[in-house]
Amino acid sequence: MQEVLTGATEPVLSVRNLTVRLPGGADRENAIQDISFDIGPREIVCIVGESGSGKSVTAQAVMGLLPKRDLVVTGGETLLQGEDTAKATIRRLRELRGTRMGMIFQEPMTALNPVQRVGQQIAEVLEIHTDLPAVEQRKRVLEIMRAVQLPDPDLMIDAYPHQLSGGQRQRIMIAAALILDPALLIADEPTTALDVTTQAQILRLIKEMQSRRNTGVMFITHDFGVVSEIADRVVVMQHGRVVEQGTRDEVLRRPREAYTKMLVAAVPSLVPPKRAPVEGKVALEAKHLSKVYGKRTFFNRKARIVKAAQDVNFQIRKGETLGIVGESGSGKTTVARCVARLIEPSDGEILIETVNVAHLPERDLRPYRRDIQIVFQDPYRSLNPRRTVGQSIIEGPINFGMTYEKAQEKARELMGLVGLSPDALDRYPHQFSGGQRQRICIARALAMGPTLLIADEAVSALDVSVQAQVLELLDNIRKQFDLAVLFITHDLRVAAQICDRIAVMKNGVVVEHGTTAEVFRNPQHEYTKALFDAAPGRDFGVQQSVA
Amino acid sequence: MATIDAAPPVPRRRSVWSTVLRNPSVLFGGSIALFMLIIAILAPVLGTRDPAEINPSARNQKPGYTATVRDDEGKRVQVKYHLGTDSLGRDIYSRVIYGARVSLIVGITVAIIAVFIGLIIGMIAGYVRWLDGIIMRFMDGLMAIPEILLAIALVSLSRAGLPAVVIAIVIPQIPRVVRLVRSVVLSIREEPYVESAITVGTPTPTLLFRHVLPNTTAPLIVQGTFICASAILVEAILSFLGIGIPPEVPTWGNIMAEGRTYFRILPHNILYPGIALALAVLAINMLGDGLRDTLDPRFAKRF
Repeated sequence: MQEVLTGATEPVLSVRNLTVRLPGGADRENAIQDISFDIGPREIVCIVGESGSGKSVTAQAVMGLLPKRDLVVTGGETLLQGEDTAKATIRRLRELRGTRMGMIFQEPMTALNPVQRVGQQIAEVLEIHTDLPAVEQRKRVLEIMRAVQLPDPDLMIDAYPHQLSGGQRQRIMIAAALILDPALLIADEPTTALDVTTQAQILRLIKEMQSRRNTGVMFITHDFGVVSEIADRVVVMQHGRVVEQGTRDEVLRRPREAYTKMLVAAVPSLVPPKRAPVEGKVALEAKHLSKVYGKRTFFNRKARIVKAAQDVNFQIRKGETLGIVGESGSGKTTVARCVARLIEPSDGEILIETVNVAHLPERDLRPYRRDIQIVFQDPYRSLNPRRTVGQSIIEGPINFGMTYEKAQEKARELMGLVGLSPDALDRYPHQFSGGQRQRICIARALAMGPTLLIADEAVSALDVSVQAQVLELLDNIRKQFDLAVLFITHDLRVAAQICDRIAVMKNGVVVEHGTTAEVFRNPQHEYTKALFDAAPGRDFGVQQSVA
Repeated sequence: MATIDAAPPVPRRRSVWSTVLRNPSVLFGGSIALFMLIIAILAPVLGTRDPAEINPSARNQKPGYTATVRDDEGKRVQVKYHLGTDSLGRDIYSRVIYGARVSLIVGITVAIIAVFIGLIIGMIAGYVRWLDGIIMRFMDGLMAIPEILLAIALVSLSRAGLPAVVIAIVIPQIPRVVRLVRSVVLSIREEPYVESAITVGTPTPTLLFRHVLPNTTAPLIVQGTFICASAILVEAILSFLGIGIPPEVPTWGNIMAEGRTYFRILPHNILYPGIALALAVLAINMLGDGLRDTLDPRFAKRF
């Protein structure tokens, strides 16, 4: 085996005609079918695809982590430095994991054991695979923690996962995966759960570590920004097959296959298109809006007080889209929930025409409920699974006194409008895909005849091609109904494409506010600049818009 | 925009009831419970004697004892006491069979009443923020008193009888239901589909009944069976202690209480009602376990 290691041009991982069968009753016969690709040492190969394309199954097959009962390798081989992991025994696989291949996952919190110190979790790899004495192990752990740029390793080695931030946890995972210098690192969406600024740091770290250690990286992602940031080569997958593979520039700039072209085109550009200023009537105005969580009481004098939103001011005109952009914990969703009056703001005003609805009790608020509608992020939880989509859509109009027949008629009309068949009204939510459900939620909101539509990360859970369609739908209905739209997102690309104006939030405060073109061309605040710098694949978007 | 048809229906999930009926605990516990129910309903047919009938000449007899008695018309007839007689000469076999009636009536009514009251209080606690603290502290207080002790105290407040016993057993059970319902309501009210219903102006009572209530059905069915088993046991304990249902009424607890004095010589007085009680409680608990595993996997292994 040693001679294989020395051969520099020999691929670290060579997947040959791999086929994995799905259990019966699934929508296709094979999870992955006849796929082949190579990963050389010091090479980052990105596997890109939408959900259900089989990219994670590929990673599991290489690691030997396929659920034994359901997914069976029926053909092909996965050669890790010449050794077929698909045929290896469980014992041999255990030896290989950690020493020859390391893995990092999407969710660093669940991948780490919450009741074990992080240092121990890294040391575990050494314990299993080496005979190093405890003192030596600790030295090695500190060394790798320093290498992944964790602050203060001497202190952090004895910390528990919950004491670390998401980015730090992912660094711990990377440290554990790389401590024995495996030839192959498998990274399954390692930055998807992280904020953009943290994501940029982790991507930089992975790149640095692998080039210093000659590691081959199999990087699974759905994000083309990330691909253009770190990939040497790209493998595009769809429905379990490899559609196209090539170098980064080949695939991203000169895609050959229609599917790849469609995917690349669906990625929103970071360059905002030209937009005429909107001159409509003001639909809603927020003045000095604040929300404070937690209250010091007699029993709990030291209660933590969180200022989720502080002194937020904005106006939205009819026909205008205002974006609120920020990372997790910035308070953008709090603002949306205050405006929708799902929570009562602690302070400030929300004006619809001249009425302040911020502190109205539920009974007086009801007539204004129709004016503000919201579409949520998670398409799988926004519709009551026990009720047909028709029942969900007509619920609102009937609450406001519309007859069943008229409401039903309106629902049919709206289903057509959002691009779904009106005959599907009596189906249940589980019979629709995520994108279709999001369309139904939009139809439900429109049934109320709102003046303001809030989209709270409404396209974030969707695949990029579906995302493009839903964004187009949102833009169409905005024009058609002269709607004001409050668009909450963490995704700068999406914001650039759909918003007229943008407010950037950080720690509950709006740090910058201006037209989209202005903010993107010439960001004023330090934080906004940092956010733009961190956006993965900046040049990718630019080239695309030039081309 | 092109019209997109709904995705082809997902391969249909097996219906809930057919999964439930495949579960061995449900099958086993359910059939025993059903068997008991049939016995209780058919007690007048299955019982050989009037359970309250006293036969002074046949006191304290072993199982299988045969006696000659005069029937209503004065004719002499042979009577077999399958499970013997107690110290008043009453037929234990008939008393055990009639006892099933009382036990099941108590078990089922307690379960229904406790679930119903607990559901209403739990929904209020889960949905009305300011009442939550008050209600839940009160429930905590109720739970701090041992179930049996509380039941004894409540029975002693009024005349002994079936309604008093049922109420005394229901009250200590309510807090458990309230906690369960409240926790379901608290998690469901955060679901986006509930929030959507709020933004389309659905009035709160409709919201609770339409969107929240259906989510409590499965855990409540499960909890109801456990309450039923526990109520049967508590009723037997109360009767055994002589503070439940009046001693002339045949209940398993009363039969055992009556047989206590001579149980060293005549163990059958306690053995047979004891077996019936144990079997009933075991069957209903197994049914509950099986229902929990199939209907409500989230709650499995949590009680």
